[in-house]
Amino acid sequence: MLQLNQIHKIFNEGTPDEKIAIDHVNLTLKPGDFVTVIGSNGAGKSTLMNIISGVLIPDVGEVNIGGKNVTNMSEFKRSKMIGRVFQDPMAGTAPSMTIEENLAMAYSRNKMRTLRQGVTKKRRDYFREVLESLHLGLENRLSAKVGLLSGGERQALSLLMATFTEPSILLLDEHTAALDPSRAELITNLTREIVDKYKLTTLMVTHNMQQAIDLGNRLIMMDKGQIILEVNKEEKKQLTIESLLMEFKRIRGVQMASDRAVLS
Amino acid sequence: MFTAIFGSFEAGIIYAIMALGVYLSFRILDFPDLTVDGSFVTGAAISAVMIANGTNPFLATIMALFAGFAAGCLTGLLHTFGKINNLLSGILMMIALYSINLRIMGRSNIPLLNIDTAFTKISGIFEKTGIDSFFNSFFTMVGLGDSLPETWGILIFMIIVTFVIKFLTDLFLKTEIGLAVRATGDNKRMIRSLSANTNLLVVLGLGLSNALVAFSGALIAQQGGFADVGMGIGMIVIGLASVIIGEALFGTKTIARTTLAVIGGSIIYRIVVTLALRVDFLDPGDMKLITALIVILALTAPKTIEGIKERKRKALKRSERLNIAQTSGPVKGDNHVTIKSDS
Repeated sequence: MLQLNQIHKIFNEGTPDEKIAIDHVNLTLKPGDFVTVIGSNGAGKSTLMNIISGVLIPDVGEVNIGGKNVTNMSEFKRSKMIGRVFQDPMAGTAPSMTIEENLAMAYSRNKMRTLRQGVTKKRRDYFREVLESLHLGLENRLSAKVGLLSGGERQALSLLMATFTEPSILLLDEHTAALDPSRAELITNLTREIVDKYKLTTLMVTHNMQQAIDLGNRLIMMDKGQIILEVNKEEKKQLTIESLLMEFKRIRGVQMASDRAVLS
Repeated sequence: MFTAIFGSFEAGIIYAIMALGVYLSFRILDFPDLTVDGSFVTGAAISAVMIANGTNPFLATIMALFAGFAAGCLTGLLHTFGKINNLLSGILMMIALYSINLRIMGRSNIPLLNIDTAFTKISGIFEKTGIDSFFNSFFTMVGLGDSLPETWGILIFMIIVTFVIKFLTDLFLKTEIGLAVRATGDNKRMIRSLSANTNLLVVLGLGLSNALVAFSGALIAQQGGFADVGMGIGMIVIGLASVIIGEALFGTKTIARTTLAVIGGSIIYRIVVTLALRVDFLDPGDMKLITALIVILALTAPKTIEGIKERKRKALKRSERLNIAQTSGPVKGDNHVTIKSDS
């Protein structure tokens, strides 16, 4: 479904700040794969996400989605096939617009936008139905402005907006990191439910090792722009935080650098 | 007095179309678009030249709409594809339009006296229907007989036109494309991740905004009887004044409410300016200063009033709490003593 071939990306090339963000990365996701990505700050996780979603264009390499080469396709065209949830709960929704209007915009993601009304009666019924699956009571607040929702509610809505049109790829960029533990757990559970329901091919970046172990069928660890560890389905079942940290130390010969990653 | 108010009402409802255009760029797209100063004149210039050359005035007004659309699109292109800062791209377009407007007109002023404009046609039609005499006899009855307007036609016609534009704007902002335009002003990153071409949406939004501005300019030229190359100076500020006053007075709960508020704001702005200019020591040259003062007032007053209210509310709460503490204090103390003696 998703194929990355020899992706290489350098920031500030030719200046003293030159930094290799992604170092010849290869990654293939089969349909239905749910891959969690961990790694310390600056490992290149977010850059990888940005390259897949088209915010950044790789210096070298190829991005294939569904067998189609999309390396140079602009972000907005590509996002017909890619659902995305950002870390910041403010980023995934339009605050001054209502819940149903936000859903209507997500609804027309993979269609041509026309001069038809965005929210029709038929669509409203459908929105109510999909909102019920969040169990947050949002289905009764369709015409409330999204700016009035809490961070957790907004993130749940973003998750729904990213997924209910069943995109080919779902990208989750630390989407629970800005929430308190109970809300984060709620979103984690919703993520599991929704990905299961639509059988989405998913790539999830996280700082939370336990979350990375609990969710998905594959796990990759990144460091300094490289994928240094790949854990497949069978091995992943036996994985613990300790064994992951040990593994990192064994490969890199140093302690994992991120306090956040260790503590969570 | 009545004539002055009537005149400002009439002008206000025409300028309201321009204010709706400014609302589209300033509020919906979050793009402070200074093109308005130029595109307003472009609309006036095109319609004036065409009317003076004998074109049907309604057709000429519609052509102004298209010219404004083109000007707005160019500003949008400068900003999105040229990657020029939004204020600067508006200013560049405004300056460029000044020369273009002079080219269109051929000289700095085109009078439209004794020529059939859209408004002379409309008032001609109205005279035949007898609505004018009906209104005028009504106002004579209530004792305003000495200062009656020549025709009610322009006012009634413009109320209809402005409200049709308002409803079309409301409707457009609820379509799939309209929603995407609004999201572009609200959260660009999000709508891009939902597969919308934000560059195109900015261009479209600015095009529509300036189309309305130029349309308004064409009508103002026909109402005033001339097009002048300097008539657009400070137009953006007048538009902003209308938007801000309207929003502060009538609220912004829904889109329909806000567009109505903008129209109201435009009329109120005109009335305030007219009344201010009746003060003896002010002359028409002071109008821009008055406009600036009105905008400053409209921007600061709501916050100041809110601050005073908040302080009063807090003071009240504090005194309430103090009272409760004083009355319940001794009781608590008594309980404390009894518990102690029990043990």
